[in-house]
Amino acid sequence: MIDANNVVQQITKGQLFDFAGGVHPPQQKSLSNTTPINTIAEPERLYIPVKQHIGVQGSIRVCIGQNVSKGEPLTTSGNPFAVPVHASTSGMVVEITEHPSAHPSGLPETTIIIEPDGHAQWQLMPVITDYFSEDKVTLLERICQAGISGLGGAGFPTHIKTNPQKPVECLIINGIECEPYISSDDRIMREHAWQIKQGINILRHIINPKQIIIAVEDNKPEAMDAIKTACIDDTSITIANVPTKYPAGGERQLIQVLTGEEVPHDGLPIDIGCLMYNVGTCYAIADAVLHGKALVQRVVTLTGQALKAPQNVWALLGTPIHHLLTVGDYDPQRQRSQKVIMGGPMMGFTVHNDLVPVVKITNCLLVPDREELPDIQDERPCIRCGLCADACPAGLLPQQLFWHSKAKEYDKAQAYNLDACIECGACAYVCPSEIPLVHYYRKAKSDIKHQAAEKEKSEKARERFETRQARLLADKQAREEKHRLAAEARKKAMEQKGGSDAKDKIAAALARAKAKRAAAQTNKDAEE
Amino acid sequence: MTLITALIILGVLALIFGGILGYSAIKFKVDADPLVEQIDAILPQTQCGQCGYPGCKPYAEAIANGDEINKCPPGGEATIKQLADLMGVEPKPLDGDHGVEDIKKVAYIREAECIGCTKCIQACPVDAIIGASKQMHTVIIDECTGCDLCVAPCPVDCIDMLPVKETPKTWQWDLAHSPGEQLGDIPIKQVNS
Repeated sequence: MIDANNVVQQITKGQLFDFAGGVHPPQQKSLSNTTPINTIAEPERLYIPVKQHIGVQGSIRVCIGQNVSKGEPLTTSGNPFAVPVHASTSGMVVEITEHPSAHPSGLPETTIIIEPDGHAQWQLMPVITDYFSEDKVTLLERICQAGISGLGGAGFPTHIKTNPQKPVECLIINGIECEPYISSDDRIMREHAWQIKQGINILRHIINPKQIIIAVEDNKPEAMDAIKTACIDDTSITIANVPTKYPAGGERQLIQVLTGEEVPHDGLPIDIGCLMYNVGTCYAIADAVLHGKALVQRVVTLTGQALKAPQNVWALLGTPIHHLLTVGDYDPQRQRSQKVIMGGPMMGFTVHNDLVPVVKITNCLLVPDREELPDIQDERPCIRCGLCADACPAGLLPQQLFWHSKAKEYDKAQAYNLDACIECGACAYVCPSEIPLVHYYRKAKSDIKHQAAEKEKSEKARERFETRQARLLADKQAREEKHRLAAEARKKAMEQKGGSDAKDKIAAALARAKAKRAAAQTNKDAEE
Repeated sequence: MTLITALIILGVLALIFGGILGYSAIKFKVDADPLVEQIDAILPQTQCGQCGYPGCKPYAEAIANGDEINKCPPGGEATIKQLADLMGVEPKPLDGDHGVEDIKKVAYIREAECIGCTKCIQACPVDAIIGASKQMHTVIIDECTGCDLCVAPCPVDCIDMLPVKETPKTWQWDLAHSPGEQLGDIPIKQVNS
């Protein structure tokens, strides 16, 4: 557990810690961060996946042909881990179907397709201006109803995170945005620092932390100034200027930089008394509580040399990427083959369908040109140089993880704490042999998860099989017992009726049968 | 005399040790063969009977008694490898007589065609089919092990074995492709420094 007051004292003295490893890839932020966040025209169709967060999806509460208002919930659920999705604008539900997902696999998932009517008619939730007099549960309920899940990248339901079971020492607001190219958090801090501050105030009221720290990377001086101005009359908020290094914006890395403490690899930040929110999430919380608006849009960075007009835009959730490429004035001539990366260059993934929608965790579309995107070289053997181990921010041994993942020796990979890998890509970035290390880790991780799921399923099947066998055996025994009892009862009844009578009957029957046989025999003889 | 003393001493010793052994045989009795349990834990529990035994547990018992370890098609190479590790033998390729390793499937009943005969319910080793006489039957997909045993008894052939659908949750990175060719590549290396 950290001591918040100590931490704040150190930060005000300008003392920060460092995390192991890290890399300094070229920033490329100036490509997109010079112009204000652009409000763009609505696309022709919005593709809203019903699940955009970590957890369970709700059930759909609209039908095809139904008119919906902007901000109207499309799904509903009683499950605490379900976060609703909302209509991003007013219009008609034209289809509920399977649509390519904003996921590395691009596999289809259930998506509600809305055709905007052009009016953008809001359906607002009641505004809560005096949130200080509201209790925690009402505000949490509102955060959940507004569909807010972490906008930083993981998409964890915010209302779950905001209801910690342990006391919170430090509330940390993450404005680091360490990945190259991306500038959506930068722009939102510059332009909406005051609303971010309001979001922080709401979080403070709910969580009641000892200290609040806003962390901004030192390559965003304008954002830093804006945040400082917004917090100028609030001395309880500490602002930390964090040196630029990738991945300083990782939750665990930032906590280490600010507090000098490491989050246990099998634990959560709350275990050492920290809770972290992205600046965009704070903005959305203020929107939900103070304006009654559900989460229907987010800032997306459109960047890369293949766009003639790189910029940040307010994209409605569900906007297909082809619409955003048009906004960014995409020039296909500048690319060798069409390629769009969703997310940043370090942790993003290539999408191969231009109808893939923007979802709650989409922070960037990177469209690199020929020069930015040289041919990928083939993987060469590992030369044991150790650069990856130097670069790993989680203090792991990427080489060992690589060998064991490649050989599918997952128990050994787990012994080297594969689970603690944050998949930041720093190791792959420095690898001179061009080994796609993160691919191997992701594959190993999903294999391990898959095996565990199979194991659980087979355990359940075994249980069901054994229960069935036991039931069949019990049924059989019960049946036999019943037959035995019935036979005994018959026997008894026969004896009671008078054994001689019954015996006579049997004897008579036997005699009849004998006579019949004898007669048949005689007939046969006669015929011969 | 010495001979008799020796015999008596040895006899007494034999009795004492016999007593101890007899006592411990009762006291520390192992109910089932733990090896069988271990083997059973490795087997995929589809209860399909393709190995020639009526279920996974009987096959586990057979392996413990020296049967081959390569008769389980649903488990495939992975299971054979694990069994080989456990039994301390060399892994063998899957015995083709018992079937081939296939992608994972589950049963679906074409409900419009079901006549409600309950034959498949009786065949299902894990009670994954619900229904009653002259009522439509359906498969509880989450419980179905894909054992195929319900297909043959169906008099109207209304049961299909369909591959389990891949979802973003179950999808895996395919490392067989070289990077840059497939969906979902992480472009780290492609950005010029």
